[in-house]
Amino acid sequence: MSAVSAPTTTAAAVDPYASARAAQPLLGRVNPLAKLGALVVITVALVWSIDWLSAGIAVLGELLVLPLAGLNLRTLWLRAWPLVCGALLGGWSTAVLAPDKGPLIFSVGIWTMGEHSLLLGVGFALRGLAIALPAVIMMACTEPTELADALAQLARLPHRFVLGTLAALRLVGLMVEEWQTIGMARRARGVGSSGGFLAGIGAKLGQSFGLLVQSIRRASRLAVTMEARGFGAGPRSWARPSRMVRADAWVLLGAVLLAGLAVGTSLLTGAWHVVY
Amino acid sequence: MTSTEVRPARVTARGWGWRHGGRGRAAVAGLDLDIEPGEKVLLLGPSGAGKSTLLHALAGVLGSSEDDDADETGALLVDGRSPREARGRAGLVQQDPETQVILGRVGDDVAFGAENLAVAPAEIWGRVRQALDDVGLGSLPLDHPTHALSGGQKQRLALAGVLAMRPGLVLLDEPTANLDPAGVLEVRDAVIRAVAATGATLLVVEHRVEVWKDVVDRVVVLGSGRQGSTGAGPSGVVASGPPSAVLDARGDSLAAQGVWVPGRVPALKGTAPRGAGETLLDARHLAVSRAAAMRRGFGSKAPAPVLSDVSLTLESGRALSVTGPNGAGKSTLALTLAGLLAPVRGAVVGSQALLAAGGSVPRHPEPHRWRAKELITRIGTVFQEPEHQFVTGTVLDELRFGPRQLGRGEDRVDELLQRLRLENLVDANPYTLSGGEKRRLSVATVLAAHPRLLILDEPTFGQDANTWAELGSLLLELLADGVAVLSVTHDADFTRALGASEFAAGSPATAERSVTVGKEGA
Repeated sequence: MSAVSAPTTTAAAVDPYASARAAQPLLGRVNPLAKLGALVVITVALVWSIDWLSAGIAVLGELLVLPLAGLNLRTLWLRAWPLVCGALLGGWSTAVLAPDKGPLIFSVGIWTMGEHSLLLGVGFALRGLAIALPAVIMMACTEPTELADALAQLARLPHRFVLGTLAALRLVGLMVEEWQTIGMARRARGVGSSGGFLAGIGAKLGQSFGLLVQSIRRASRLAVTMEARGFGAGPRSWARPSRMVRADAWVLLGAVLLAGLAVGTSLLTGAWHVVY
Repeated sequence: MTSTEVRPARVTARGWGWRHGGRGRAAVAGLDLDIEPGEKVLLLGPSGAGKSTLLHALAGVLGSSEDDDADETGALLVDGRSPREARGRAGLVQQDPETQVILGRVGDDVAFGAENLAVAPAEIWGRVRQALDDVGLGSLPLDHPTHALSGGQKQRLALAGVLAMRPGLVLLDEPTANLDPAGVLEVRDAVIRAVAATGATLLVVEHRVEVWKDVVDRVVVLGSGRQGSTGAGPSGVVASGPPSAVLDARGDSLAAQGVWVPGRVPALKGTAPRGAGETLLDARHLAVSRAAAMRRGFGSKAPAPVLSDVSLTLESGRALSVTGPNGAGKSTLALTLAGLLAPVRGAVVGSQALLAAGGSVPRHPEPHRWRAKELITRIGTVFQEPEHQFVTGTVLDELRFGPRQLGRGEDRVDELLQRLRLENLVDANPYTLSGGEKRRLSVATVLAAHPRLLILDEPTFGQDANTWAELGSLLLELLADGVAVLSVTHDADFTRALGASEFAAGSPATAERSVTVGKEGA
């Protein structure tokens, strides 16, 4: 077998996903920890002010990055529409409810909107997007296992915790189907017969308890599986060494530049408006 | 290259016993056993004999921190060392495919065990590919998502994960109990191939002797140690030897203990019904999907059905078995007929006879529109996983629950307790029962509401021969009383014993198939 004749340490031998990764968009190839760092840089830079300019620049920058993550506006919408709607709704309420300084734009019944409050609302909506988009972009182009690799190997988080969480996340997907099954199983026992509102709540509580019991059982069986594979005792090796390379530094640098551009422009034009 | 690297392990037990924390009775007591390196052994015994406990102990996962008042006696050794210290010498595959998968990609999942044993990264991927080849999954790309695998593939993946650890001892705890017949053979053949390639010692626990008897060197039978009507039974090893010799010499006593001995189908009390009954439930051009239950508000688009154009009739006193491979939509069909899922297309209609059964007559003839109280007196459904249907804290309350919901007397409760041998367990928590006891309880709770139609999803999965026979006899009795029985099952013996007609889901011919139960005569 080839492994005998070639006990290599070349990247290809160590990383069997190399060829699959090469086909990924640029951000898919970047180390997840670098992406996490970039996300933190942008988020931290944007939480201080509520002006529309810095948030607008950040959103624009983030939209320009989309192709690097293999996304376009349509696929982004499919992933992030609840966030977009939430941001718009937040912006709308801010615009309507904020005190009306400056010239009035319109007034319908109790709703009035001034220029000032409109800007405030726009700023609020853009900021929501600017902070949420990096996370959406990151999740779209990051394999959870590789994020766990990076967190355990590079960020030095305890590997029991990181890998335990990773394995448990798989079970969350199963819970949706389990909830439905338990609901049917309980109807077949006659639960929910009396039909009152309180009885309905009681039935849902019972169903939740059933789900809880089943989740714990599943989790403990999974724990046995992991323990039987030698998990959690003694030192372990990593089949997928997680490394930072030059490209990862560029991603971080890009995030710093974008954050700097957004905050800097805002400061220079006097739009910067610190919240407290 | 593999065979030179794996050193088969030796198992030694001397007066070994184990009592779980908080239990009065030991799970295993006084076990003496020797398994030679490279030997392939099938471990048999009645439920409660401690077979799983032994496997867990050998895998080194017994006696973790949660179980600190557990009690160990004697010695259990792998290569002369305690299994907890011999980490990586033994690998375990368990029953539930869902909890055998750890990570999201096939390659990562197989590599997991080897990583935990601190194998060098460059060597791990060679082992991963070898292990996947050995279990017949070599054609899958390493980044194939594990959630897209079938049950049989998940079990083979688990086996590959174990093989990548290069264990000297492979432990299998009912690895095929949740699989359809094709999946059973698929997993068994993968085990044989892998063990032949590595030369590892093999220890299998399985109810189905038929599947394994030709591939193991030795059969070992454990006694339950539990007192029967005749006093304390033997514990520890009660028989050991070549498969045919043990099965010939001890076939009767094994069968009496509930072990599935090849060539013996347990006898049922009662006879299978014949002739036609009156129509209870009629399904016409039915299309079914689990997504139907999720459809609310926005979802105007009908979900894609998993099974469509099913027409069948259920008649009183007649049995029907729904058969077919995993994923063919059998359970979904049963749930739709049971009034628990709305049909995607077509209709399920209860006959006048069914509507008249029980107190208040439902306004609609379709079961999925009935209220829960109207449903349980007409159609009783027994789910594959009994725990899904437990709603109270004791066995007695479980049985009283249905009649109380209906405001009825509890006259049938005592009879059911006795009939299903649950009278000694009335105060027990349902979750603490054994697998067979849980199955009996789940059937009893549904029968307590006197349904005219009984629907069972895989009622015989993982059951020993005794529970199988009790269940079959009870169903024959119900059939004689005029109850209609529909079972989703892979179990051909069960179908035959009930004299059931068969509806094959998922075969190419199903698209236009329809059956009418009973009309053809048995």
